[in-house]
Amino acid sequence: MSHTKRPTSPHLQVYSWSLEMALSILHRATGVALGGGALLVTWWIIAVASGPDAYDQFRMVMSSIIGKAVLFAFTFSLTLHLCNGIRHLFWDMGKGFELEDTQRSSKLVLFSSIILTVLSWAVGYGLI
Amino acid sequence: MAEFRLPKNSTYKKGKIWAAEKGATNIKRFNIYRWNEDDGENPRIDTYEVDLDKCGPMVLDALIKIKNEIDPTLTFRRSCREGVCGSCAMNIGGKNTLACTIDIAAYKGDVNIYPLPHLDVVKDLVPDLTNFYAQYASIKPWMQTQTPTPSGTERLQSTEDREKLDGLYECVLCACCSTSCPSYWWNSDKYLGPAVLLQAYRWLVDSRDENTGERLDDLEDPFRLYRCHTIMNCTNTCPKGLNPAKAIGEIKKMMIERQG
Repeated sequence: MSHTKRPTSPHLQVYSWSLEMALSILHRATGVALGGGALLVTWWIIAVASGPDAYDQFRMVMSSIIGKAVLFAFTFSLTLHLCNGIRHLFWDMGKGFELEDTQRSSKLVLFSSIILTVLSWAVGYGLI
Repeated sequence: MAEFRLPKNSTYKKGKIWAAEKGATNIKRFNIYRWNEDDGENPRIDTYEVDLDKCGPMVLDALIKIKNEIDPTLTFRRSCREGVCGSCAMNIGGKNTLACTIDIAAYKGDVNIYPLPHLDVVKDLVPDLTNFYAQYASIKPWMQTQTPTPSGTERLQSTEDREKLDGLYECVLCACCSTSCPSYWWNSDKYLGPAVLLQAYRWLVDSRDENTGERLDDLEDPFRLYRCHTIMNCTNTCPKGLNPAKAIGEIKKMMIERQG
């Protein structure tokens, strides 16, 4: 018997991706990102409480290009996790499991999170 | 922790090319995963050129033609050739399905064929399903009752109650769905997977079964049931058009509802 030598058949290497599959792993990734985002919010609150110097430092970092990119990713993580989370609530009620439903809701989740992200930034810049 | 890459002994490389016979005009290339435990080599992908003018329409027809006429060492499971036995489940064109019910014409370009994903390979396209069957046995897939058997009659069921089993009893246990599920790839030692959970639900909703509570107790576990994150690969891939994700959703609902 040489069972220990048996190879594992290919999985991620060969399986074709679907939007549902991609959104599922994005839900996990954005969930982790939100943990990092919570630290940013904490820093912001501490900076506010610590006085003008600390707050200026926070502002300087966050208004840099990298800081803005991080904030943008944080916003998108928040909206995608929120929209997909709402979809999970429907699934928890036993609704929306048919293939046409999940394909439609996947697109809806993706589009609405992009729109919500852009809207948030438009409001932030006073464009709306 | 999930291991996303293949272990060293499982990485595969290009293998042999079996050219079509001279004069063949309608050639299709089948790239097929090969491994046997005798030569001590890593898996490889052999390419077989098949003349479709001399081949039946289904992928299984091509596999049988290859085995009969080109390379008799190619190993795969098959039996009914009409989608009721579930033996010829494999990964074709990146998706798990039954080779006997999928048309070769469904694939543009080469047809890539691998064993069902993330299982131990016994030989070529034959994976080890021991764990899958053991998990199936663990949910006690038979009717369990408390009340004495009615004398002179069967345990009857209304038409409506019988209809609840539609979309569940048709499952042929081919393992396409379970082996399409990333949660099952990473946790098949603890998570039951979509096929077995669909069968668990089949007995949970059967009006004649009287051990519903005990069945739910057995599933109430962070891994056995709740590793399902509704990735939907199971329902997307089921060659019988069933919906394991929905069945799992219904079990989760039953868990909440029984708490009152």
